[in-house]
Amino acid sequence: MENIENNIIEKKELHTEIVAHLAEPHQHKDAIASKMGMWLFLFTELLLFGGLFLLYMAYRLQYSQDFVIAAQDLNIVLGTTNTIFLLTSSLTMALSIAAIQRGKKVLSITLLVSTIGFALAFMVVKYFEWTAKFHHGIAPGAQELMNKPNGEIIFYGMYFSMTGLHALHVIVGAIILVFMLVFLLRNKITKYDYIKLENAGLYWHLVDLIWIFLFPLFYLIH
Amino acid sequence: MANEALAETLESYLEYKSNKSKLFSWIFTTDHKRIGLLYLVGMTVFFWVGVTLGFLMKLEMLTPGKTIVDAQTYNTFFTLHGVIMIFLFIIPGIPAVFGNFFLPIMIGAYDVAFPRLNLFSWWLYMFGGIFAVVALFLQGGPIDTGWTFYVPYSIRTTTNVILPLIGAFVLGFSSILTGLNFITTIHRLRAPGMTFFRMPLFVWALYATAWIQVVATPVVGITILLVIVERVFHVGIFDPAMGGDPLLFQHLFWIYSHPAVYIMILPAMGVVSEIIPTFARRTIFGYKAIAFSSLAIAFIGYFVWAHHMFSSGISDTSRMVFSLLTFLVAVPSGVKVFNWVATLYKGSIELRAPLLYVMMFIFLFSIGGLTGLVLGSLATDVHVTDTYFVVAHFHYVMFGGTVIIFFAALHYWLPKMFGKMYSEKVAIWAAPLIFVGFNMLYFTMFILGYKGMPRRYWSYLPEYQTLHIISTVGSWILVLGLMIMFANLIYSLFKGKPATANPWGGITLEWQVPSPPPVENFEKIPTITHGAYDYEHINWEQDGKH
Repeated sequence: MENIENNIIEKKELHTEIVAHLAEPHQHKDAIASKMGMWLFLFTELLLFGGLFLLYMAYRLQYSQDFVIAAQDLNIVLGTTNTIFLLTSSLTMALSIAAIQRGKKVLSITLLVSTIGFALAFMVVKYFEWTAKFHHGIAPGAQELMNKPNGEIIFYGMYFSMTGLHALHVIVGAIILVFMLVFLLRNKITKYDYIKLENAGLYWHLVDLIWIFLFPLFYLIH
Repeated sequence: MANEALAETLESYLEYKSNKSKLFSWIFTTDHKRIGLLYLVGMTVFFWVGVTLGFLMKLEMLTPGKTIVDAQTYNTFFTLHGVIMIFLFIIPGIPAVFGNFFLPIMIGAYDVAFPRLNLFSWWLYMFGGIFAVVALFLQGGPIDTGWTFYVPYSIRTTTNVILPLIGAFVLGFSSILTGLNFITTIHRLRAPGMTFFRMPLFVWALYATAWIQVVATPVVGITILLVIVERVFHVGIFDPAMGGDPLLFQHLFWIYSHPAVYIMILPAMGVVSEIIPTFARRTIFGYKAIAFSSLAIAFIGYFVWAHHMFSSGISDTSRMVFSLLTFLVAVPSGVKVFNWVATLYKGSIELRAPLLYVMMFIFLFSIGGLTGLVLGSLATDVHVTDTYFVVAHFHYVMFGGTVIIFFAALHYWLPKMFGKMYSEKVAIWAAPLIFVGFNMLYFTMFILGYKGMPRRYWSYLPEYQTLHIISTVGSWILVLGLMIMFANLIYSLFKGKPATANPWGGITLEWQVPSPPPVENFEKIPTITHGAYDYEHINWEQDGKH
């Protein structure tokens, strides 16, 4: 009983807190809610890629031989470089949040800029990787690819759609990070209110996490 | 200054003037109540487009061969009827309109957790709808794949497939954001004392629905995206010519689209759980059983998708497993129906228009549910697959279930939303017309399907004609009933008598605020001390003063 009452009191305090933040009708700030919303959104992202992983699994079982042959044409060096870029960018992202929590704005900005830098580096490597593939006639709809066995066509179908969708997420993530940079510069993200940066960081880690699965599935399993 | 601000927040949300122009104060509002109405307007328009298409389809089926349109036009009609009704009306339907409007009020909050995201969802909804409809007028002709977009046909047809697909993708995004918003709102913004088990059952239903929206919708999102990618870039994914497997498309499509039928029906069940206690004047029977059955339906509903593929060529083992799981869904659904009926038992029943529609729902939905068992068992399903039997079953659960309850909700909450009363007499007259028309239209389809009439056919053998004529006449009566019902409601908005705060004697929170509610919903966040339907705790002397 006492517990319930305590709970009620807590909730009341929470509400006064929320009401106090009412700048204009229908606007309030609640960091826990923002984070909860972000996590739910990340679930949906996982399920979006989940559909692709499901397809990959089904096709890998059906065409295991062709998948092995096709995978040998992928450039492991470039793939590994990109993996290192993304992993490091996740580190700098986390450090950037840790820095602003301690009120070190300049450090936070430096780390955020390097995160964006790694994102760009990833895209540049990706560009060279894809154009090299295109030059060898491995492009969506290209005749040379169509002449290959069905399993290899599907392998590259999955490769282009999965890494393509991931690259799209890298671009979106980088744009979000640029916005965060502006917020940091304008003191919209501070030691006391850094939930935006935290949520952007969560999104960035997701982008990293998905690559951690894509990399072995396409480059390493032979 | 402070007083002025207070007076402003107590103003009706319909009258509230911001510094924006009148139009902008609506289409750029972050008020959950106004957003609910925005959805209502959009949905009513799309609903009538869908009704018109359905009406024309039935007219075409009056005679074998050509009656009014040719076969290709008929294909586009059934596709667009499905796409519009499902993606633009039934799926967003009750959560977007009534959920948005009443969820925050029912849990004692000022608004949803993310008001701006809520507005963004509405914009996505409108853009998605426009994408889906605009393909009607473009070169190449409207999409003709059926609302399920099955590959390989959807990859090969020359009609405008991409625009409606983008539309469906955007609508899915809108649905996800609404679900995400509702879950967060329910977790974070309940009033003091509003524990989970004191929440109205409509809120429980929205909660279960929101989880399905968040967990299932992304899967169809990626499926649709892949069909677009395959059409535009000729990437090999589903096309059998490039080694793809169309069955995988069907799996991914139904992994979403089966749970989606629970996105459609669960909120309707929640509305039923609101209306019945109010008009029976007693607490709901089996509150927790109803609340948990919503979650159970949401959960089991995720594991039954392959019953749409019994004749697609999947293995016998998976057919049997999915058939068994399908039967399991009937259990929580049955729990609900028995609890509703038990609530009415020894209640002090007042048969007003909303309850009349609920009665209609229980009857029609039971027929729809029981014929679902025919489709769930393998032997009978193979016989009636792709016949009018399936069409009839689907319309009994979706139209007889969700849409009838959408109407019930309109009658129940319209006085609260607009502060106006409709004519009870006209509402009571429209209901039997809808009921008779509905059964003539769709019950004959059960018989037609059982006799072997395939769905989506433009022409048919002469021996089916008598039943088709009965069905078509039924569609005329149904549309007449719908027109009377809508006319009555729309007339009331302009000429209706003012509604009191609590015209039905309900005790959930939305009946404790004025009709229409003030901008901020509550002067002060209420403290909740009893369950949502605890009629014995209500002091009627004090409450009956309205």
